Amino acid sequence: MSEFISPTLSYSLLSPILVVFAGAIIGVLIEAFASKSVRPIAQVSVAIGTLVLSLVQVWRIRSSGSTSAAMGSVIIDGPGVLLQASILIIAIIAVFLIADTENFAAAAAAIPGSPEERESIARGQQVTEVFPLTLFAVAGMLLFPVASDLVTLFVALEVLSLPLYLMAGLSRRRRLLSQESALKYFLLGAFSSAFFLFGAAYLYGYSGSVTFAGIRTAVVGGTGNDVFLLIGIAFLSIGLLFKVGAVPFHAWSPDVYQGAPTPVTAFMAAATKVAAFGAMLRIYYTSFANAEWSWRPMLIGVAIITMVFGSLVAIAQRDVKRMLAYSSIAHAGFLLTGVIALNKAGLDASIFYLFAYGIATVGAFAVVTLVRDSAGEVTDLNRWAGLGKRSPWVATSFATFLLAFAGIPLTSGFVGKFSIFSAAYESGSKEVVIAGVLSSAIAAFFYIRVIVLMFFSDPLEDATSVVIPSALTRITVLFSLAVTIFLGVFPSPLLDLISNIAIFIR
Amino acid sequence: MNYLTLIMGIPLIGSALIATLPQTKSLLAKQFALGTTLIAAIATIFMTIKFERANTDLQFVESYDWIKAFGIKYAVGVDGIALVLILMTALLTPIVVLAGWNESEGGRWSTKTFYILILVLQTMSFGVFAATDVFLFYVFFEAMLVPVYFLIGGYGSGERAAAAVKFLLYSLFGGLLMLASIIALYVISGEQGGHTFNIAALSQLDMSSTTQNLLFLGFFIAFAIKAPLFPFHTWLPDAAKSATPGTSVLLLGVLDKVGTFGMIRYCLALFPEATKTFTPLIITLSVISIVYGAFLAIGAKDIKRLIAYTSISHFGFITLGIFAMTTQGHSGATLYMFNHGFSTAALFLVAGWMISRRGSSTIADFGGLQRVTPIMAWSFFVAGLSSLALPGLSSFVSEFLVLVGTFTRYPVAAVIATFGIILAALYILIPVQRSLHGPTTAGNENLTDLNLREKIAIAPVIAVIIFLGFYPAPALNIINPAAAHVVSQMGFIDPAPTHGGK
Repeated sequence: MSEFISPTLSYSLLSPILVVFAGAIIGVLIEAFASKSVRPIAQVSVAIGTLVLSLVQVWRIRSSGSTSAAMGSVIIDGPGVLLQASILIIAIIAVFLIADTENFAAAAAAIPGSPEERESIARGQQVTEVFPLTLFAVAGMLLFPVASDLVTLFVALEVLSLPLYLMAGLSRRRRLLSQESALKYFLLGAFSSAFFLFGAAYLYGYSGSVTFAGIRTAVVGGTGNDVFLLIGIAFLSIGLLFKVGAVPFHAWSPDVYQGAPTPVTAFMAAATKVAAFGAMLRIYYTSFANAEWSWRPMLIGVAIITMVFGSLVAIAQRDVKRMLAYSSIAHAGFLLTGVIALNKAGLDASIFYLFAYGIATVGAFAVVTLVRDSAGEVTDLNRWAGLGKRSPWVATSFATFLLAFAGIPLTSGFVGKFSIFSAAYESGSKEVVIAGVLSSAIAAFFYIRVIVLMFFSDPLEDATSVVIPSALTRITVLFSLAVTIFLGVFPSPLLDLISNIAIFIR
Repeated sequence: MNYLTLIMGIPLIGSALIATLPQTKSLLAKQFALGTTLIAAIATIFMTIKFERANTDLQFVESYDWIKAFGIKYAVGVDGIALVLILMTALLTPIVVLAGWNESEGGRWSTKTFYILILVLQTMSFGVFAATDVFLFYVFFEAMLVPVYFLIGGYGSGERAAAAVKFLLYSLFGGLLMLASIIALYVISGEQGGHTFNIAALSQLDMSSTTQNLLFLGFFIAFAIKAPLFPFHTWLPDAAKSATPGTSVLLLGVLDKVGTFGMIRYCLALFPEATKTFTPLIITLSVISIVYGAFLAIGAKDIKRLIAYTSISHFGFITLGIFAMTTQGHSGATLYMFNHGFSTAALFLVAGWMISRRGSSTIADFGGLQRVTPIMAWSFFVAGLSSLALPGLSSFVSEFLVLVGTFTRYPVAAVIATFGIILAALYILIPVQRSLHGPTTAGNENLTDLNLREKIAIAPVIAVIIFLGFYPAPALNIINPAAAHVVSQMGFIDPAPTHGGK
């Protein structure tokens, strides 16, 4: 019988993750014991306090690289720290949006249309479980890009996914749609998790190890059975590509984006992408790097299909949230070019792109939460007509985010696109760059159509109104706007920072 | 002194000042805009005086790191060709502001916004001509679409939103093709000794001829859409018809020149071999543009569309001059860009006044304006004559130089292009006859003649047209050394003129 080895954990290096877990548990306790009147404010303060504290911890460990944070299961290195910081910043501004509890169901457990639901609304009940759920999801996301064995990776995947499935079903209005989307997300997510595990099992069979380092050694050695490796990579990739919403594993994203409460959509769209691409970059850049013959052609195909499909289908959308969903699919394709690049420039570019895109996405959804009529948010694009006339600042902000998505110079999106495409070109994947440029041209069409609608169309009679943004929402929009423009004009500080510290420890 | 940054900064500061004005003070906004553009014009004139004409190096050079990770610099500098175009932009903008004093009033947004957009556009126009870093150029090239888009869509008339979108999509498509080429240049420069966007360094790159051809096409199609050259011209008539006259002047006079300027600065300098490969094709397209644009103009029923079509024909001449690869052709093409700015400005501004007085832009609605509004009619007549390149007016000099420069190398193209001159007489004189001469038709009896503001606006334009018609030397002295330099850099020697078939 083998001897039991007590685990040695470096709490200091793990502190960003642990702090968030602790905050989440405190949130659960508040939900259980605090009185109704203090609960919302307490939850918001705990959530934001936790995230800020975690960000401080990330700052503290920014230059300490280590593979032994949790006995080889977690690697703290430059890319990991940068991605964690990005996730936390995105989470903070997303929590500002979630703080507007108007969007969330009064009692999420009640069946839609049931007497219980009516009663809970009449009593002015408002559960705030969304905050601890967010924190749990954030904790999983923080772990995802720094996990360095397949088991930890899987645990992180589930920790980040399960709260998201619940959060998607919390919408106050159109609850059936919201619950349907949650169920869809859960079922498809469960499938993809199964694929992921299946792939992990094959990789273990191939290399005899679940750690990334072990798999890497086996790949470099090349002694294992290549069929196992191929099956393993393929199924693991399905699990990861599902999370980032790449075609053909994208089917959930338009429905979930539309059904989920908009602040949750903002959080999910931005932060999940950062975490999932972070993990993908680590696996492909370290473990699978020497087996690029086996996965690069497949990823090139997926990337091209994803960007073309996302851009084309977005043109046909009449709902702003669905449009943004397809736009995010197209962006997943652009981001995959960074994985394909498989060079230092590609890693730097991907991290920059993820941060810039995440911030702009939260900003765009923040604007969506502001456009409402008496029955809640208005997501029908036709009814956004003439928004520029009634609320020029809101429309201008949204237009700026759209221009950033379209990659117009002097916005962060352009720098991101330029750097990621040039990295892919440098690695010789010219076909991806050409497909990327052409689908950017297609994508520009539907972004511009929304701008036309907002600025050049006359408002309809049943005018939608723009609510006066709460202070927190206002901060989110202004912060996102400032970052989007600043990174477009002066990207140097961030690019230099990334290129100095973004080096994977293997 | 950093003249280039200064003249780019002046309109930007002006627009920031206008932004702080209260919404109601629209007159003050106009005065601010006029003042700002005048100061910029004066600064540019000083810069022109300081310019050393015989020197073919870039002058007023500045270079600072911008995005160090990619080797991108804020680098500006001008040669004679760029200087002339900057001067044209600086002179035209105050005229446009003064001439279109009331243009902003039919818009969706405030007068203030209109002038902010105009001034931002001016900064970007200066930047696009001055940039010596390909990335910086691209940033200006794309970013300047945004103010123009809002100027057309927000302040134009008729199907303005559709025209603005058409303009933007065409331009963006071309721009993205160029972006692909720029990315390729960036990567190739990285393989050959370090990432850079400096034009001079990029022109030394070693590329296979296939690569060169593909990258050339990426740039050329973007510029051909901008210029516009047949068959990429279809956005222009709609945009010019829907925009306000002042915006149309900036669109055709300044923005479209970015296309032809880009051909000289980027296509020729970066891809000399590919240029030679594609020259026959481009010469053919230019000749088609000249003739086809002229025929479209003859058939046009709307004054603004007419002017847009004449411009397609004129841009054919400019491209012909550039790709003829002779000193005369190049000098002629650059002078043509300058002169076309002024003659189009005159045509559009006077046409704009006619249209706003009559309330219609259909040529058939006008008649006998000569009797009711003599000064307006004469201004339009002179502008028209300049457009058809009558000897004694500025366009003649440039058109003649282009034809002479082309003939020595491509006689057939030059001969066909010469027909463009005859067609020009048709497309100008027919509308002039219909709208200005003959008896005054119903609806035109009570039109008022130009007021003092309008006279002040049009006078300098006509003065430039006539002065450079008689004495083009001041402009040519700046252009010639630069043009000769470009041609010799390409390895061409002007063929000696032959005569009598000997």
